[in-house]
Amino acid sequence: MNHIFFLGASNAIVASAVEAPLNYFLHSYGPAAKPTMYLGWALAGLSVAICFIIALLLLTAIFRKRKTSNPHKIESEGKGLQWVYIGTGISTVILFVLVIYSLTVLNQVAKPSQTPSITITVTGYDWWWKVEYEHDDPAKRFITANEIHIPVGQSVLIKLKSADVIHAFWVPKLAGKTQMIPGLINQQWIQADVPGVYTGQCTQFCGVGHAHMSLEVVAESVEDFEKWQNAQRQPATQVLRAEQDSGYKLFMDRCAGCHAVRGTDAKGEHGPDLTHLNSRRRLAAGVLTNTPDHLMEWIGNAQLLKPGSRMPSFKLSESEISALALFLSTLD
Amino acid sequence: MNKVIHFEQQPLPVGSDGKLSTGWWGVLALIVTEGSLFGFLLFTYFYLSAQTEQQWPPEGLPNLLMPIINTAILLASSVFVWVSEYGIRHQKKYWSIGGMLIAVVLGFCFLKIQLIEWGEKSFDITSNLYGSLYFTITGFHLFHVIIGLAILLLLLVWTSLGYFDDKRYAAVTIGGAYWHFVDVVWLFVFTTLYVFPYL
Amino acid sequence: MTFSDTKQNHPDSHLERVPDFGCAPVGSDAEVRLAEIWETTPGWRGWFSTVDHKTIGLRYLVTAFIFLLIGGIEALIMRAQLALPEQSLLTPEQYNQLFTMHGVTMIFLYALPILSGFSNYLWPLLLGSRDMAFPRLNALSYWIFLFAGIFMYASFPLGQAPNAGWFNYVPFSGPIYNTGPNIDVFALGMVLLGISTTVGSINFIVSLFRMRAPGMTINKVPILVWGTLTASVANLIAIPAVSLAFFLLWLDRQVGTQFFDVANGGKPLLWQHLFWMFGHPWVYAIVLPAMGIVSDALPTFCRRPLVGYTAVALATMATMLLGFQVWIHHMFATGLPTVALSIFGAASMIISIPSAVAVFAWIATIWLGKPVFKTAFLFFAGFIFLFVVGGLSGVMTAAVSLDLQLNETYFIVAHLHYVLLGINVFPVIGGIYYWFPKFTGRMMSETLGKWSFWVMFIGFNIGFFPMHIAGLLGMPRRIYTYSSRMGWDSVNMITSIGSFIFAIGILIFLANILISLKRGALAGSNPWDAATLEWSTPSPPPAYNFAVIPVIASRHPLWEDRLNENSKRSSLTQGYLLMEGHETLGTSPIDAEPVTILKMPGDSYAPFFVGLFVSLFFVGLLLHWWYFAGMTAAACCITLVIWMWPRKSLAQRTAPKTAHLSGRSP
Repeated sequence: MNHIFFLGASNAIVASAVEAPLNYFLHSYGPAAKPTMYLGWALAGLSVAICFIIALLLLTAIFRKRKTSNPHKIESEGKGLQWVYIGTGISTVILFVLVIYSLTVLNQVAKPSQTPSITITVTGYDWWWKVEYEHDDPAKRFITANEIHIPVGQSVLIKLKSADVIHAFWVPKLAGKTQMIPGLINQQWIQADVPGVYTGQCTQFCGVGHAHMSLEVVAESVEDFEKWQNAQRQPATQVLRAEQDSGYKLFMDRCAGCHAVRGTDAKGEHGPDLTHLNSRRRLAAGVLTNTPDHLMEWIGNAQLLKPGSRMPSFKLSESEISALALFLSTLD
Repeated sequence: MNKVIHFEQQPLPVGSDGKLSTGWWGVLALIVTEGSLFGFLLFTYFYLSAQTEQQWPPEGLPNLLMPIINTAILLASSVFVWVSEYGIRHQKKYWSIGGMLIAVVLGFCFLKIQLIEWGEKSFDITSNLYGSLYFTITGFHLFHVIIGLAILLLLLVWTSLGYFDDKRYAAVTIGGAYWHFVDVVWLFVFTTLYVFPYL
Repeated sequence: MTFSDTKQNHPDSHLERVPDFGCAPVGSDAEVRLAEIWETTPGWRGWFSTVDHKTIGLRYLVTAFIFLLIGGIEALIMRAQLALPEQSLLTPEQYNQLFTMHGVTMIFLYALPILSGFSNYLWPLLLGSRDMAFPRLNALSYWIFLFAGIFMYASFPLGQAPNAGWFNYVPFSGPIYNTGPNIDVFALGMVLLGISTTVGSINFIVSLFRMRAPGMTINKVPILVWGTLTASVANLIAIPAVSLAFFLLWLDRQVGTQFFDVANGGKPLLWQHLFWMFGHPWVYAIVLPAMGIVSDALPTFCRRPLVGYTAVALATMATMLLGFQVWIHHMFATGLPTVALSIFGAASMIISIPSAVAVFAWIATIWLGKPVFKTAFLFFAGFIFLFVVGGLSGVMTAAVSLDLQLNETYFIVAHLHYVLLGINVFPVIGGIYYWFPKFTGRMMSETLGKWSFWVMFIGFNIGFFPMHIAGLLGMPRRIYTYSSRMGWDSVNMITSIGSFIFAIGILIFLANILISLKRGALAGSNPWDAATLEWSTPSPPPAYNFAVIPVIASRHPLWEDRLNENSKRSSLTQGYLLMEGHETLGTSPIDAEPVTILKMPGDSYAPFFVGLFVSLFFVGLLLHWWYFAGMTAAACCITLVIWMWPRKSLAQRTAPKTAHLSGRSP
């Protein structure tokens, strides 16, 4: 009965699993994650098999036919030790093989085979991600947030820091997770074989915003990546034209304390850098897709959409909203 | 029918009997867990000192003279606790009382000197990481010294009141064991805080 | 009646004597006198002062079970919130407090205390003694546990409950990011609870080594005793780590030390090390005694002794030894060097070998026996299956790189619930079905019992198995809500439904207890025809447990005649009388030869007041009432001195003159 229910349920689960953006178990990509996925399949298959064997043994042990005998009789103690010897022996052999296999996989995914071409520093904040692209030439460094672009087929080194409490960086389809610990710089690497968008999620409990702290890794062709990178390096270009607008003033007045827009006086560091806000796919570390409507909804109702967020809900008049929206639309 | 198991009938001691008493076993278990506590305290010290980039210790190397004298005082008090226990077991009540009295006095000397040591530090528990460790670890030990002294004082009172004799002295053995532990653990604390920075 | 004639006493008979050996059947003068010596005063005086291990054991069981229900209600509220995506039944802060208190309650206030309850009640009965080694410490341990539980819940009604998860990582739980009293309550409460656990552990260890019936050599003690002993030794070594960690955190928060203060060189990872050096042994401490319950009770329903007693006993200890070497597997994702990860990953896999020993011993016991399908048996058989599932998911998480995916997802939540419910709750409830007749003198209903098992077993698997899948789909733990686009809707709905079914199973079990307490059939001393010593006493056992301290010749004193072993027979009706006050026999640690006659302390108010004053001291620390704290500390010391004050002589409470037999000749 129980198991029939499971089978029915697992069909429904498999159907929904196909779309799950964090489903690393069936859909891992790249050399930092794939060997682990195969290890997971092997271990899960083995575990299910062992569960069935033990369940079978247990049921047989319980229900096997026995000679009817005096109910007061007590069987003697000595027998049965071979069960323990054989069972433990087989378990030990299996575990020994698993130790070797799992350590081999660990060594495969611990370090990339070639030196990473790109180094990115990701810093966890309550509750968003600051992303810094490093470069030997300081002019070519740039900062963005909540969205990482990488070129397909290249390994990328990610340095992990935290600005406040412990977070964990996890893009499961590309690699396992690593904690971001204040006072410490951890490292991991990722590499995507296939272009696409890979969702990431904070997996170390970090407070009220923990559920709303995701990021995206966009893997694209080398040309597209270069194009994106060059665009990100630019300061905000259209802003200067708008300098006299009320939207600009409103932004400087109300937003610039926390947010930076390169090329303007907005230099706040408490929140995400908004220089190329409109180039991003999602808002507020994954809460909403990035559309102009959603953006204004977010500004007005941040505390509703992401309770406890450091971003307040702003009460703005209609005219302020349209002015601010106009200004924000220039950040692309 | 098999034979029923049987033990030879022989006289058995009644009540707390030295190392046969449950209290003695209890204090051994207590020492295990207290030893573990100090083990984790010293682990904390070594973990943080190995990872820190700060000046360690912040005042430079510690002055060893007073701590060494104080260590000697504490170890001497252990010897006198032993004398006291020896006395009660061999019907020398005054040896026992005298030994315990000297042990208590030495214990108080240790306490006083340690407090003077504290006063001479230029940092306190909140100044820096080392200060937090130094005062917490020595504070834990000092707290144990105070508990130990309270036990020794009680034993002194009880011995003087004649509760114990050569047949009944388990409490002295048990209390003494705790004091010996407090002294031995100091050697580890001393080595960690005073000797280790020189290595 | 044979009242001993060996009265060749030493001149100084209050310090040395030959113990009387004989019989004391129910209703005999000797038995009546024993009852008078050992029984607690009725009424509230006895209620506060009793040191009877059976009363204390039942109090532990009831209190811990109430905490289980509280933690369960918290879980159901969370499951209601997570049943559908994007619900707003709870705010994130409420959710965080609920999951933290759920973890704290289940792991600290339920899982070990319930096992302490079993062990407290059963320990002297299993070992053939009249009490624990330190009856008053036993009472103290209970009172502090109760007060610590209340303490940790004190801020819950104010909406200020601990909110950083049960492992409470810094710096989130530190003074900068958590400013309310939430974490202080948790920190001080844990130190307080640590006192209770430590005191209880010392009591178990010393009782085992000193209080066994003569002849019960170390290789004859029940597996439950091995489990509790191992857990207690581990507690002595591991509890200081967590008490220290929480105390240092409290110092950081309230005094201004810098142990975990990143800005001043403190290290957040220190917390993780200290916590998990405690945490992993603790995990074993809360399952090994439960595994012992199964190892002891399952054979009764299989009509044969446990297969591989020695192997299982050794496996119990091996598990704990290895359990101290694997704490890093909770920290695989903290960026430690690959070499360290490899070593601890391998150790974490190896630790399942001793578990395999136990599993195959249980299956062989059933296979070679003739199972009797009582409710308790169903719980134990179900437990074996859940143990295997939880063990295998544990092996999966021991594979380091896979753990870097599974860690902090619902896969871990599934794993730890299979382990803690499967290996703790199922044996505990099976154990209650098994020992309820001994506790109360009445049988539990088998019909309701079987309903409770099947509803619980099915509800549990529907509730918790899909959590594995949620984890594989990437659902992190400790999120108060999730978006529909993540693909976690159906697994969460199924989990929520299963958890409510499981709760219904628990309700059926509770109903069974309440009904059976009133209407259950009378049990008799040995309703299951079991083999161990506790079943040789009446149900419920009298205050003195054993009218005579038995002499033990085998692991199965009540089955000896039918096992046809060629060894000597235990002596259960004839034994040591020991009735000149509160007396029991002290034996040697390994061979259990009689070495001393122990004078046991009687009832006392001191444990209650020490517990109360210690707890009030912690209240003082929490509220910064320093004078109050000082006064309660002083009161505590004074009470302790009164407690410890020796008697002028070893004279003890003896029975009134009417029943005094010393002058009577045989």
